[in-house]
Amino acid sequence: MGARPKRILPGFGLSLGFTLLYLSLLVLIPLSGLVLKTMTLSWDQFLDTVTAPRVLAAYRLSFLAAAAAATINAVFGLLVAWVLVRYPFPGRALVDGLVDLPFALPTAVGGLALTAVYAGNGWMGRFLEAHGLKVVFTPLGIVVALTFIGLPFVVRTVQPVLQELSSEVEEAAATLGATRWQTLMRVTLPGVAPAVLTGFALAFARALGEYGSVIFIAGNMPMQTEITPLLIMSKLEQFDYAGATAIAVVMLAASFLLLFTINLIQWRSQRHQTMP
Amino acid sequence: MSIQVQNVVKRFGSFSALHDVSLEIPDGKLIALLGPSGSGKTTLLRVIAGLEAHDSGTVLFDGRNAAYRHPRDRRVGFVFQHYALFQHSTVFENIAFGLRVRPRPVRPAEEEIGRRVQEMLDLVQLNGLADRYPTQLSGGQRQRVALARALAIEPRILLLDEPFGALDAKVREELRRWLRRLHEQMEITTILVTHDQEEALEVADQVVIMNRGRIEQVGTPEEVYESPINPFVYNFLGTVNIFRGRLTDGKLQVGELQLEAPEHSGAGQEHAFGCVRPHDLVVSRDGHGMPVLVKNVHVIGPWVRLELRRRDTGEPLEAELPKDSYQDLGVNVDELVFVTPRKFRVFLDGQVG
Amino acid sequence: MAGHGGRSAAVSAAAPRVSTEPLAVRCLLIGLALAFLFLFLIAPVLMVFTQALGKGFAAYLQAVTDPEAMAALRLTLVVAAVVVPVNLLFGLAAAWSIAKFNFPGKNLLITLIDLPFAISPVVSGLIFVLLLGARGLAGPWLEAAGWKVIFSVPGIMISTLFVTAPFIARELIPLMQAQGAEEEEAAITLGAGGWQTFWRVTLPNIKWGLLYGVILCNARAMGEFGAVSVVSGHIRGVTNTLPLHVEILYNEYNFTGAFAVSSLLALLALVTLIAKSLVEWRSNHNPPDRREER
Repeated sequence: MGARPKRILPGFGLSLGFTLLYLSLLVLIPLSGLVLKTMTLSWDQFLDTVTAPRVLAAYRLSFLAAAAAATINAVFGLLVAWVLVRYPFPGRALVDGLVDLPFALPTAVGGLALTAVYAGNGWMGRFLEAHGLKVVFTPLGIVVALTFIGLPFVVRTVQPVLQELSSEVEEAAATLGATRWQTLMRVTLPGVAPAVLTGFALAFARALGEYGSVIFIAGNMPMQTEITPLLIMSKLEQFDYAGATAIAVVMLAASFLLLFTINLIQWRSQRHQTMP
Repeated sequence: MSIQVQNVVKRFGSFSALHDVSLEIPDGKLIALLGPSGSGKTTLLRVIAGLEAHDSGTVLFDGRNAAYRHPRDRRVGFVFQHYALFQHSTVFENIAFGLRVRPRPVRPAEEEIGRRVQEMLDLVQLNGLADRYPTQLSGGQRQRVALARALAIEPRILLLDEPFGALDAKVREELRRWLRRLHEQMEITTILVTHDQEEALEVADQVVIMNRGRIEQVGTPEEVYESPINPFVYNFLGTVNIFRGRLTDGKLQVGELQLEAPEHSGAGQEHAFGCVRPHDLVVSRDGHGMPVLVKNVHVIGPWVRLELRRRDTGEPLEAELPKDSYQDLGVNVDELVFVTPRKFRVFLDGQVG
Repeated sequence: MAGHGGRSAAVSAAAPRVSTEPLAVRCLLIGLALAFLFLFLIAPVLMVFTQALGKGFAAYLQAVTDPEAMAALRLTLVVAAVVVPVNLLFGLAAAWSIAKFNFPGKNLLITLIDLPFAISPVVSGLIFVLLLGARGLAGPWLEAAGWKVIFSVPGIMISTLFVTAPFIARELIPLMQAQGAEEEEAAITLGAGGWQTFWRVTLPNIKWGLLYGVILCNARAMGEFGAVSVVSGHIRGVTNTLPLHVEILYNEYNFTGAFAVSSLLALLALVTLIAKSLVEWRSNHNPPDRREER
């Protein structure tokens, strides 16, 4: 036959055109607006703004808290996914549905509720402060809030992968003489590792930029419990648009880097994927 | 190592996969478990491996009860239908796995492991592929890795679950022969599960035919093919022509044919049927035998298959003959010819099997 | 494999199932997982409701029917009613072009669609302030036309559009990619037009994924806080959505009020979860997905 004829299915131009138009108007133009605004600052001004002590403190806090929360989620998310996939227990379907709560609940409500629970007179706060552990208005509280909003990411990324892992491979390992622990470490874990990593990266990215659930529990003290998004907000309220923009650009760069990393992980793990 | 399976029963919920199955597997032989899907052959294999726990009965390895031993302690080499290779490990690591997970006291040194893996690679003729990942291999290669992996631990018995099922016909044939040669070289007790009768008959020392959780017949390939014990076995191992009729005093009357069935001479008047293989149906023009019409002629390589129809009842029959015989006969479609069974078995109605 | 039937006592002590852990370990792990979830998920939700009703049902009702709260509720609903359909259209268009056709740069497009997901909500709000605010790039032009976007309802809508744009698209794209274009091609060969093909062939196949995306998009649209916080101006009764109103009440130390309004949002969240589960259940029991056979 000759060359492939033009597209059989209709609507290509319309759908792609609309998509590109929408994305340009909604995403590309506003983002370039951000970049343009940044360029009104001189390089020195930019550097001064983004390396001011208060800003650096905010970066460090956002980064470390997000990393801590993502790590907690990686470990416990794997546990939850494992339990949900491997062990039938009464109420499992209910628990499974509940995992998506942080996606469904507005961040402000989540933040408010966590504050109430961990405050000095709250259910958990009472218990913890009696043992000298203050959660609200400390970085620890920020980690708690970030763990909350990142919770579904690891679970939902790992669950389908766990389900796909055939039990045959584990049986093969058993017939070859491996103990249960050896099988888990050498066979199962490498299988889910990419998914855990992806979930971690997603939770981390989300936690880095999180605002609503953190500002209630954090206390928002500059240099101590002030996260980067809040700093941007403060600058905006003071009409320091240039400052806010500069910090936002740094955050954006970090987001892009993370997005790129996530795609890289997924691409690399595809290499070992088999066709049945 | 020899294996005795005694009165094993296995149920999945309300479904009985194995009904009181007993089997003796002598040391060093290649046994094929042959049967249609749902016959219980894979279940039996998995029970022997310890991957399933049977509900009652015993499984003895060299006379000792194996039930309390975890699969990892049974030293069985198991090859799965879909290979179950470790995706994230190289071919080398896959084969080395069984050696690496041994408890420290018994674990071989690194060089020893390297040597053994190399030995295995030589055995399965996959040299040079040690650093590849399973995704980079063809189906046949993956299967050989799975085999090498199972053999690396020096198992006492090798269990293969439809190992060639997912492969192309040509590859399947080659691997089948190669497996037989390997078996002769290694002399390890091997059980092969398959639904492909050609495979079983070609490769095995003994064939065990299973149907719906029961063993129908056990014998050498020749025994089960030439002397099937019941219609199921007859039909499973190749096509069969059925001639229904009345049996009186050891003679089966089918239309104009009369078949001698001395083994049933004691029975009075009975409904019965005779089973004849297509190549045991002699075709001639000489007027002796059952008149049939030729409906279709298929030339398949050196053989010719004739689709026939009985002139009296219209029932279909099938005859097979070598091409030169066919050419000597010179028949065409819609012609009338006569068939006589050269060899047959007669079963009483109700002998379902 | 199916579970075990009746086991005779003699064998029940024998070889356990190969690919699972002993009972004690399983119980421990389940317990740990549930404790983690309780600590982070269930306790907060319970807290919302206990605090909301803490001062009695009358106080709760009063807080919930407060005029400003009602105005905030109305605004939230209006925003969702606009944002979800628009993003639905976008999601469908994007998924259609990506799943049924081949063109260069497809992966880039998909990454572009994912972008709002990766950006902090505050930054999402900021970029629109920079673009459409009084001092923004398009500011003077908008002011001349008499259009107030930032610190007004349209600004809220636009920033919510941005934040929720990926939801439906991300749901539909992999789904439609897995389904391929064969059915649509078959319909075309049978003489169906473009829209007919879409309505009769594509839509029924994607209905559960679509519903799922809409549910998620809606939940986020109603609950968005960060981005809206930046663009809204917090003008009570006018540009306050429900989540913003919660913050205001909290800052005024009106805790009962804050939790009461939060409870509305929490109820919405629970409804969302139930709807999601129903959709998942229905989609698993209905037409199978078009995965290649293993």
